[in-house]
Amino acid sequence: MAADRERDIVTGKSTTGHEWDGIRELDTPLPSWWLYTFYASILFAVIWCVLYPAIPGIDGLLGHTNRRDLAETVKAATDAQAPMVDRIRALPIEEVRKDPKLLAFARTGGRAAFNNNCAACHQVGGAGARGFPNLADDDWLWGGTLADIEQTIRYGIRSEHDKARMSLMPRFGADGMLTPAQIDDVVEHVLALSRQPHDQAKAARGAAVFAEQCAACHQKDGSGNRELGAPALNDQIWLYGGTRGAIRDSVFNARGGVMPNWEGRLDEATIKMLTIYVHGLGGGK
Amino acid sequence: MKALSPQERAAPPTNVSAPGPLYASRVKVYPKRVAGTWRRVKWVILTVCLTVYYGGAWLRWDRGPGAPDQALLIDMSAGRAYFFNIEIWPQEVYYITGLLVLAAVGLFFVTSLFGRVWCGYVCPQTVWTDLFMLVERWIQGDRSARIRLDKAPWNARKIALKTATHAAWLLIAAATGGAWVLYFDDAPTVARQFFAGESTTGVYFFVGLFTTTTYLLAGWAREQVCTYMCPWPRFQAAMLDEHSAAVTYRAWRGEVRGPIRKNVEPAPGTGDCIDCKACVYVCPTGIDIRDGLQMSCIGCGLCIDACNEIMGKVDRAPNLIAWTSIAYEAERAQGRPARYRFVRPRTILYAALLTLVAAVMVVALALRTTVEVNVLRDRMPQFVLLADGAVRNGYTVKILNKARQPRSFRIQATGLADLVMSPAEGEASDGVVTVLAKPDSIETVALFVKVRRTVLDGANKTVTFRVLDTEGRVVARRDTVFVGPAR
Repeated sequence: MAADRERDIVTGKSTTGHEWDGIRELDTPLPSWWLYTFYASILFAVIWCVLYPAIPGIDGLLGHTNRRDLAETVKAATDAQAPMVDRIRALPIEEVRKDPKLLAFARTGGRAAFNNNCAACHQVGGAGARGFPNLADDDWLWGGTLADIEQTIRYGIRSEHDKARMSLMPRFGADGMLTPAQIDDVVEHVLALSRQPHDQAKAARGAAVFAEQCAACHQKDGSGNRELGAPALNDQIWLYGGTRGAIRDSVFNARGGVMPNWEGRLDEATIKMLTIYVHGLGGGK
Repeated sequence: MKALSPQERAAPPTNVSAPGPLYASRVKVYPKRVAGTWRRVKWVILTVCLTVYYGGAWLRWDRGPGAPDQALLIDMSAGRAYFFNIEIWPQEVYYITGLLVLAAVGLFFVTSLFGRVWCGYVCPQTVWTDLFMLVERWIQGDRSARIRLDKAPWNARKIALKTATHAAWLLIAAATGGAWVLYFDDAPTVARQFFAGESTTGVYFFVGLFTTTTYLLAGWAREQVCTYMCPWPRFQAAMLDEHSAAVTYRAWRGEVRGPIRKNVEPAPGTGDCIDCKACVYVCPTGIDIRDGLQMSCIGCGLCIDACNEIMGKVDRAPNLIAWTSIAYEAERAQGRPARYRFVRPRTILYAALLTLVAAVMVVALALRTTVEVNVLRDRMPQFVLLADGAVRNGYTVKILNKARQPRSFRIQATGLADLVMSPAEGEASDGVVTVLAKPDSIETVALFVKVRRTVLDGANKTVTFRVLDTEGRVVARRDTVFVGPAR
């Protein structure tokens, strides 16, 4: 490495005096605009650190915090929605549905509330899953009118609320109420009710057992009873599966899904918006 | 330290075509005033361009009640662009793509014919730089006066002149930035709000931004934008060939250069160029056109005017520098008759492309409908099984009514055996859902389609939506998928 600073012939500028494998470097000063921009950036950074929180534990002079920003943004949004929400809270649910603006607001608000609170079990769009009813179809365990849906949401099913929808299916097999052979017969009868392939002889025997043990809730023709949350057995919708094995499992161990009550957790307006949204998913009566 | 020879000490010659350093400090250019044909053409184009830009937003165009009456308007908040009688919706930005393609091919076409006339005459950088130079000349005087002023020590006069120049530039820049925002909202309203201090921060920001860029680019950066920032000079070489006309120094006529001396006969072999450097002094990018076609030349032709003026004075033939092609000059240099070739495969190709794109645009605009239909299949849930074993799919139909009147449309669904279509709320009458679409807006309707499971046979099927107007004409057909459970 040579230490000589020498003049470069082509540019007329001085070199740095360093040499690497025969390559020498021009000692070109930084453009002044660049340098001043750099100094300005440093100055900007210092001012920034003084005004805004930049060092952990030290608040800036402006007292700015992102948390308060968020709280203020949320409050502004809530305040902006307040007039609509207040009207929804005050009006009966049928009246809300008659006002196109309120209806659109309720559907959007209902969807947000549904996705936050309900979709974990019922899936987005109310598509449902095994054991969690599809809310978009035309079959309802406890009824699909606005009033029915609102009651279900408000008090829940087999929940801890006093007014919860409550019913209990006996465990015919596990508690020894029916013999395994009787259960087999009833299963064949249920398959027959829903027009699936079945053993005719067993189904005929099962009809008698069904009339005695099951028809009180599920009705003689298997059409179910929404007062008791007894599902229809003569349609094509099966909450826990409609195969021979799944039905036998239902009869043997009984079924009884639980839904929490939302009164007290969600406010009145949200429950109304949820009701309207669920009712509008495609199965509302 | 090594001693430098006198040759090494000498500054490198300017405008050598040999590769020089990649970066160089800017040598300030002091373009001299010039008069002549091309200068006049440049003034006319400059006036037209600036008039269109500053005045365009003030043109009115009646579109009836409820619609903006500005001829040229891009309404961001409403999502509409207006161009006289044409109204563009956001999903029709492909018209803008078409315009850009048209502009690009047009640029190629003109460049292959006449070199960089865009750069020299119409480019905003050129137009505003020219305007700023004009102001500079009015205030500080012509080339030599400006050079003297810059060399002079700071005194009251220099401060006054410089301040006046920059103030005038900033004023023009502010007018430029101000005119820009006028195209994005009702111009008179924007102007009134702007001066009343009622405009949004965004408006002030953009006016400030374009004021700054105009001031910096036209006042300070100037030819550096063309030489260093703009990509066009870099790939213009691909558009030019030896038949393209460009501003050219006729070296065969001009060389060998020699000054004129009183009462001295020029030496034999001396060319027409008297090496007066008039062409260099007037050049807005500070180059010497006699070095040949080069990247920094923006093709403005001012050197032609300058040279012709001198040639007239010394009583020599004009057009020593001229719009001419390399091939033409090569023939002339040999003393052979030459002619220009404007019709070449390249120009034919560009012209054909230009015609094609323009035709596509015109046809697309002429056939543009005032209705657009989109069908979106609901995906959550994919399908719903109903109590009677039927399968139901949900669809959202969006009808874009681009007309200024409300219109009624009827929607039908076909394609699957015994399908039943109904609105999500209510019933269909006779298999038809009627929609009343409000003017200049999007009408959304949720529909359900239901079929027996056996029709699906375990596979996804196609269902077709048809939208009819009140006269029964089909305005849109949309095929979409019907999804059911696996068998």
